[in-house]
Amino acid sequence: MAGNVVEVSENTWNAEVLKSDRPVLVDFWAAWCGPCRIVAPVIEELANIHSNKMKFAKLNVDDNQRLAGQYQVMSIPTFAIFVGGEVKKRFVGAMPKERFVSELSEWLK
Amino acid sequence: MANEYDVIVIGGGPAGLTAGLYTARSMLKVKLFEKEGVGGQAAITDYIENFPGFPDGISGFELSDKIRKQAEKFGVEIGYAEVTSVDFSGSVKKITTTDGEYEAKAVIITTGVRPTKLDVPGAAELTGRGISYCATCDGPFFKNKRVLVLGGGNSAVEEAVYLTRFASQVTIVHRRDELRTDKILQERARKNDKVDFMFDSVLTKVSGDGLVSGAVVKNVKTGEEVTVPVNGIFVFIGNLPNTEVFNGKIELDEKGYIVTNNNLMTSASGVFAAGDVRNNPLKQVVTATGEGALAAVSAEKYIES
Repeated sequence: MAGNVVEVSENTWNAEVLKSDRPVLVDFWAAWCGPCRIVAPVIEELANIHSNKMKFAKLNVDDNQRLAGQYQVMSIPTFAIFVGGEVKKRFVGAMPKERFVSELSEWLK
Repeated sequence: MANEYDVIVIGGGPAGLTAGLYTARSMLKVKLFEKEGVGGQAAITDYIENFPGFPDGISGFELSDKIRKQAEKFGVEIGYAEVTSVDFSGSVKKITTTDGEYEAKAVIITTGVRPTKLDVPGAAELTGRGISYCATCDGPFFKNKRVLVLGGGNSAVEEAVYLTRFASQVTIVHRRDELRTDKILQERARKNDKVDFMFDSVLTKVSGDGLVSGAVVKNVKTGEEVTVPVNGIFVFIGNLPNTEVFNGKIELDEKGYIVTNNNLMTSASGVFAAGDVRNNPLKQVVTATGEGALAAVSAEKYIES
């Protein structure tokens, strides 16, 4: 169940991410990547709690290679925080929920 | 009290899941803590072809997931939380986690290892931009590109061969003059046209503007440095044990791995260790699961006595 995590693509990127009124955490992922699958439930849990403050989105890099290339994603999962269409922070790899909360703390206040 | 268990297992890789499976199947009340996701290092391994019972090999993720299901079937409660401190001094073992305090009669530590990070100029900035620690995750980004694989152990050579599915050329950079791997892997690497070697060599610098574009490799015997144009650097230069939280609580060896007796009990009574985190000579899924079973049975006997 995707729940509060929005699946974005090249078609919806502009509207859902670049022009979002809330900060957006984008999870660049692919089905072949073990850590991406490991971390997906954590992102869903965060989305269920914090959707009023941030948007939580996931972009499949396999289906959207142009965007992955544009943002120079060469490792997955890569997480990027977009505010007003700009990347404000980016980090790589699966990690515990508490570390996500601390990485996102500035936008979860 | 809700937070009291017979056995608490710390770490959800193959050793921990198996320890959980065995203790839960013996009708003990078992809690397993995992800080990220179950499966450990095995979960990011492309194919495990030496685990008995799978003649065609099995993906590391799938094998981990099957062991998790089996453990949960026998009643292991998996909690996704990080253990932040432990008190092993009394007969009741106290475990503090990011999800509250827990108590158990016995503890099994299966926290495993994590990869050693590359520590050269450029490494921090270019991690995730060409520097990778997971070939199965990131291999597909390097189609028709040249990559370096750092390290000369089984992981390095196995992942180098895996990367030839995507990369045009895979160069193994190893600080010694020969590989330290299974013969079958060496053969596979040497026979692969896309794989070549730089022995007696270490990486000293990574360069690139936004993405990796080059690497400086130094020959440790001659001191000569060469710049290699590459797009990717995969790092398998060893592991570090995840034992920081146990420092001073149980005996660790000089590298930080946990010391146990033959029944896998640590220097603290009622506290056991299994798998890669132990100072054992072989780090494989098959030995991790075997040790998980032995630690489970030892913990069970300890609780009964």
